[in-house]
Amino acid sequence: MAETTIEVLENEAPAMDPVEAAVSALKEQFPELTDDARPNYSGLMVPADKLLEVAQNLRDEQGFNYLSSVTGVDLIDDGKLEVVYHTYNLDKGGSSVVLKTQVERDNPNVPSLVPLWPGADFQEREAYDLLGINFEGHPDLRRILMWDGFEGYPLRKDWKEAYYEEDHKPFGSRWPGGEVFRAEERNLYGKNVAYPRGWMPQNLDADTDDEIYAGMSVNRPKSKTDIRTDQVTVNIGPQHPSTHGVFRMVVTMDGETVLKLKPVMGYLHRNHEKIGERNTFLGNIPYTDRLDYISSMSNNHGYVLAIEKLLGSQVPERAEWIRILMVELTRIVNHLWSIGFLINDLGAFQTAMLYLTIERELVLDFFEAAAGSRMMCNYMRFGGLAFDLPREVRGQETTAFLDELVHTRLPKILDELDTFLTGNEIVRERSVGIGKMTREQAISYSTCGPMLRASGVQYDVRRAEPYSYYDQLDFDIPVRYNGDVWDRYMVRVMEMHESLRILRQVLPHLKATKGGSILDGKPQYNVRIPKGGEAYGRVENPKGELGYYVTAKPKGTNPERYHIRAPSFINLTPLELMSVGHKVADLVVVLGSIDIVLGETDR
Amino acid sequence: MTAKELAPDIAIPEEVADNVFITSLNTIYNWSRRNSIWPMVFGLACCAIEMICAASSRYDLSRFGMEVFRATPRQSDLMIVSGTVTKKMVPTIVRLYNQMPEPRYVLSMGACANGGGPFKEGYNVVDGIDKFIPVDVYVPGCPPTPQALIHGLISLQEKIDQQSITNVPWYSKDDPGEFLPIPVLGPDLIDMRQLDIIRAEAKAAEKEDAALAESAE
Amino acid sequence: MYGLGVLKGLGITLKHFFRTFSDEVKWSAKGGRYYNDDALAVRQSLKTEGAITVMYPEEKLEAPERFRFVPFLVMDDPATGQKAGKDWCTSCGICAKVCPPQCIWIERGKLPNGRPKPEPLNFYIDIDICMNCGYCAEFCPFDAIKMDHDFEIASYDRSAAHIHDKERLSKPISYWRSIAPGRAADEEQARIEEEEKKKKKKRK
Repeated sequence: MAETTIEVLENEAPAMDPVEAAVSALKEQFPELTDDARPNYSGLMVPADKLLEVAQNLRDEQGFNYLSSVTGVDLIDDGKLEVVYHTYNLDKGGSSVVLKTQVERDNPNVPSLVPLWPGADFQEREAYDLLGINFEGHPDLRRILMWDGFEGYPLRKDWKEAYYEEDHKPFGSRWPGGEVFRAEERNLYGKNVAYPRGWMPQNLDADTDDEIYAGMSVNRPKSKTDIRTDQVTVNIGPQHPSTHGVFRMVVTMDGETVLKLKPVMGYLHRNHEKIGERNTFLGNIPYTDRLDYISSMSNNHGYVLAIEKLLGSQVPERAEWIRILMVELTRIVNHLWSIGFLINDLGAFQTAMLYLTIERELVLDFFEAAAGSRMMCNYMRFGGLAFDLPREVRGQETTAFLDELVHTRLPKILDELDTFLTGNEIVRERSVGIGKMTREQAISYSTCGPMLRASGVQYDVRRAEPYSYYDQLDFDIPVRYNGDVWDRYMVRVMEMHESLRILRQVLPHLKATKGGSILDGKPQYNVRIPKGGEAYGRVENPKGELGYYVTAKPKGTNPERYHIRAPSFINLTPLELMSVGHKVADLVVVLGSIDIVLGETDR
Repeated sequence: MTAKELAPDIAIPEEVADNVFITSLNTIYNWSRRNSIWPMVFGLACCAIEMICAASSRYDLSRFGMEVFRATPRQSDLMIVSGTVTKKMVPTIVRLYNQMPEPRYVLSMGACANGGGPFKEGYNVVDGIDKFIPVDVYVPGCPPTPQALIHGLISLQEKIDQQSITNVPWYSKDDPGEFLPIPVLGPDLIDMRQLDIIRAEAKAAEKEDAALAESAE
Repeated sequence: MYGLGVLKGLGITLKHFFRTFSDEVKWSAKGGRYYNDDALAVRQSLKTEGAITVMYPEEKLEAPERFRFVPFLVMDDPATGQKAGKDWCTSCGICAKVCPPQCIWIERGKLPNGRPKPEPLNFYIDIDICMNCGYCAEFCPFDAIKMDHDFEIASYDRSAAHIHDKERLSKPISYWRSIAPGRAADEEQARIEEEEKKKKKKRK
């Protein structure tokens, strides 16, 4: 392996917590800022007209240069809509400075933060789409997950879908007088549809995609010697083998060169957040499996961390070690899969995939034995785990199986991968210098995970704000500086080596804690949040920072707001930036290097 | 088994009635079709990952002649609807189905494609692809394991085995292949076959409102 | 050097090919590499070399005890000549409450005096909604609902076949013991301990 640069983050003890410092500095400069006074809530309440100034100050003066998450909350009882911003300091790490802006529900105008952070683009569009918050100054405020023309703002609390039954689960019709029915039997159309009262179908030929195509042509000055070429706008996806699912790109090309690109998503928008706000807290765990379905264990982890913050539960030692074991195995599995697909996109159809999936299958066997399912693990619970490790996996005692997997099998495949891919000149030729993104761009576009680290930012939630036992583990955060496809590939390869290093440290702890408790308290099916409040749980998922923003009312059995900061979704924001000027064939590779999963992108 | 029993609607002369020609031809016809079902590369959601796993090293669909995943509907025989069908996606799916040449089959994989699955109550989810295109085999599970998918594919093969060259619809002159109306995205998903109901409903609402307004006066 | 990477890649393919071949030779004296339970066990473990293929449907990958597919209800082994044994379910409704997508419908039984009877009159699971999460089995206090291992339930029609009623759902306890012997034994042990605790309390 050439050009491997691994740096170790130095553990400096800051004199004052950067969050406190920034908050007090902001309050000094802007006397109108107040603390969020609701019990168990935190953050700064910012008046909408001051938001841009405060955010600029926060970014430029206080060093909180990374806008991680933007989301809206419907406070229907107060007649308000709230926008919540989570910002982080990439250089110093640590916790977040949270800004909140409340506006009237009938007239929800909030200044857009896109001029400061282009990374707010998709997230603000999402809040507009689902909650109807109008971001003034947003360059392209259209619906993003639903289609233009859809009626209503689904995440508002008073909006009800066709198959609406009750506000909270469990539904009364299931027990004790459960008379089975299919929801379609009770719908006039026999389908999951409802139309506005008195709506008469007209103009059905009108193309709902018109707004997408608007502004796709590009004026490009040409010299007289240029060959006369026509611009052409094509759709790649939603059904296309190299869009990694049902993702669609509208691309304007001159010949084969990409001039302009618009990502179109929402083809797998399955209303995770709306359903999640109706579900019980426990009921959401299996749904998180279906976010990034390649790495369900990590999704579980982020969610249970957020709820554990609200519950204040203590996770037993053994459970924490098993969690790290599962999460790091997931990271390896995910990277094997994403590299396999990247190579697929490069043109080596299936071959690399076939070899890399063998190891994936072996790890999935372990997941299946431990959790019961290959992909949808549903393994973690609030305060621990569902089950202890299994007795045996594929006829082998579990400890022996893990030893062999971690010490023999996985290192072997990583070596093999290095031989036949990292050293391969076709892979290099196709990926070096493609899809470049500078450090500044990577930060302002809110990218995360391998994308951010390949652009020279050494930021990893596991180190920046350690959770679980990551502060006790010895591992490095791989970072590279060119920000191209090749560097993203290399960061993933190096991350797998680091994960192996973590796993080697975890295995002895598993042996030492054998027979220990795996759950704080007794298994509970009716989880209540005693005091209510808000929590933001974030983990370093294989694809980047996965955050769960959960708010709950006192004694609530289901979340009031449940938002997911999805790495695959936000990492797509700079797609156009990275691919303009490249050929279509490279566009596919750039998309592959982002490593998106549509379940998470569209939720 | 006589040809008469097999294909009662075909006039066969008495002297060749006991000919086994059609049965053997059927066997060959179905054998060759069942062992070269080319699915379309069409991944929707989680189930697509299990579909890929079924096609790759461990479960190896090529043992059934099904590894040739085609990226275009024009070359594929089978659409595996692998995952949650959303309202935004369903016009595309129907369009793809229309583009597939006969004989074509649809396998609905997983709870979501069968009937909406855990996301059924969602506002953007279609509760069952069979509401828009005809489905041949349903594979339950969330997600079905690769083996369960292969079991579904074997069920499809068994279904093909039961078809007869004499009465399959795609050779008949009267049946040019079904062209399904493509749903349209309006304020909600509109099934073009239900326009009448929607219009009637709108008119009824109008009348009701008028009556209400009148009674208020 | 150009071309070296391609050669290396081909080398790996060749290595896998020969490994499969040599493995086949190795197993030829012991009943063959395929359609042989011993060979399958090795081929699907970490010791696997070369092609890892499971020859489904002739060979089947063994499901681990915790494997979860759609749920089933546990009943006593039916007495000879009878179709169904006694249900373990007491229709307490915990599974219906905990089910995340709400795919369980239970009609609680009634005694002649109108009070609830601890057994289900009807029990339905819509497997087109079920997400196989296993919560019902995990939180059932009576071990009365379990996750099945039988995944071969593809059908040509879902209108009737995909809502499982009590008759379709009920399976004898011996079936559960056969698919998950370890877990069944653990649960039995726990039940016996619980019973003894109760007895002790009563004596006191």
